[in-house]
Amino acid sequence: MLNNILRHLYFFFVVRPIVLIVIGLNIRNLDQLPKDGPAIVIANHNSHLDAMVLMSLFGMGRLHKVRPVAAADHFLRNRFMAWFSTKIVGIIPLKRDMKGVRSDPLAGISEAIERGQILILFPEGSRGDPEVTSEFKTGVAHVAKRHPQVPITPIFLHGLGKALPKGEGILVPFFCDVFIGGPILWTGERATFMQSLNEAMQSLTDQARIPEWK
Amino acid sequence: MYDHLSMPVRWTLGAIVLLLAVATAVVWRMRRRQPNRDLNELSLRIKTWWMIVGLFGFVLSISSTAAIVFLAFVSFLGLKEFLSIVPTRRADRRVMFWAYLAIPIQYWLVASQWYGMFIIFIPIYMFMWLPTRMVTIGETDGFLKAIGTLHWGLMTTVFSLSHAAYLLVFEPSATARVAHHWNSAETGDVLAGPGLLVMLVLLTQLNDVAQYCWGKTLGNRRIAPTVSPGKTLAGAVGGVATTVAVAGLIGPWISFFDLTRSILVGLVVGLGGIAGDLSISALKRDLGVKDSGFSLPGHGGVLDRVDSLTYTAPLFFHFVYYCYG
Repeated sequence: MLNNILRHLYFFFVVRPIVLIVIGLNIRNLDQLPKDGPAIVIANHNSHLDAMVLMSLFGMGRLHKVRPVAAADHFLRNRFMAWFSTKIVGIIPLKRDMKGVRSDPLAGISEAIERGQILILFPEGSRGDPEVTSEFKTGVAHVAKRHPQVPITPIFLHGLGKALPKGEGILVPFFCDVFIGGPILWTGERATFMQSLNEAMQSLTDQARIPEWK
Repeated sequence: MYDHLSMPVRWTLGAIVLLLAVATAVVWRMRRRQPNRDLNELSLRIKTWWMIVGLFGFVLSISSTAAIVFLAFVSFLGLKEFLSIVPTRRADRRVMFWAYLAIPIQYWLVASQWYGMFIIFIPIYMFMWLPTRMVTIGETDGFLKAIGTLHWGLMTTVFSLSHAAYLLVFEPSATARVAHHWNSAETGDVLAGPGLLVMLVLLTQLNDVAQYCWGKTLGNRRIAPTVSPGKTLAGAVGGVATTVAVAGLIGPWISFFDLTRSILVGLVVGLGGIAGDLSISALKRDLGVKDSGFSLPGHGGVLDRVDSLTYTAPLFFHFVYYCYG
């Protein structure tokens, strides 16, 4: 209960002012955003701000439903981080290294989908080089295969890797472009599914005008 | 709450609201008469005008300080838009952070009426500090382009626009080149600043609209065919003439200008507005973007709206400062 109040206060007074005023969003096709769960949103990953921007898209009214999936080894590395990540930000922790682990790695994700929540996934797995989209890992295909009825909405983000790239502590304001694509469903096979995701992402990327940044 | 606004300023703000109401009604009527005509852009534009006028009138009615903070925020949005569309270097993130820090400092100098520092802080100290910071980072590849771009952005969006804010705290000097005079005794009791700012913003935006309307109506000799094909010589003359006429009409009433100074300031705003508009147009053409941003539906970005103001604000201010400072 207290955590829930803190979560709403944190998003209302910290996250939303930073995302909407300090950074500022230029959103294309907001109507394509899933209205309700269960749904999955996937995006390219360049910054810790990515999840904050995607969560802000859903507004305060749907905050209780939105859950970013994030690496357990990074976000649960100490007790404070674990509390902050799971209770305030509301992440679903995912173990990246599954060697020798016998439990179901996707149990948390499946449970959230069954509860009608909206999941945020970064198929690249890590933030990588700023403003460079690396190849999608196939983890998202496992989720889609298990829940073939859940729509997957691709979103391309540009600008956050400039505002707060990996390894930098100072936020420098740049506008963030948000391109929202149409929903994609499980195709029945991993290769064609991954291809349709990559193509959707590419066509969103092509819509963006990206100034030189080197 | 309104005590610091003179009667003419209040009347002018009221007249602007009335003008907008008329525009809204006209578009509404056009919609009903010609349902097939696409008026979405125009209607969106007017809706955004309501927002701009409402916000500007609101902050102005609170206090001069609130209006200064508001203009600082406009500078912030302008600089952010600029840095988001121009090529930048990853190595310069911290240099750009310093450029942003210049905004609160510059507007604090305005609020504290420290004119001597206000006028040199960006052209001298930032002009030297930003490249110095770049040098300490050590990336020389693309140095000139990076520092040139950043400094132009800072001068345009922060230094120039902060002159509009300085009008709010400007007080005519007793030993000025031109004696200031008020038409009514009442006006002289309240601050001169809000009147000057309202006059600058009204003339600048009116000049934009007049240029557009006259350009559409007459003339085919283009003044800058490669930069802005829509701008004609006849349009420019008509626009400037309109601005001069309105300046002559409201100047002696809303400010301490005499008729001569009012007409001259109208000329300054008219010509400066064209130049400012064209220079931002050239920037956008160079970068290959139609609008500088998306913050103002129907208008584009903040920079699209204040393009003329980046020239008229310092020109207007220094005209006032030369005559009455």
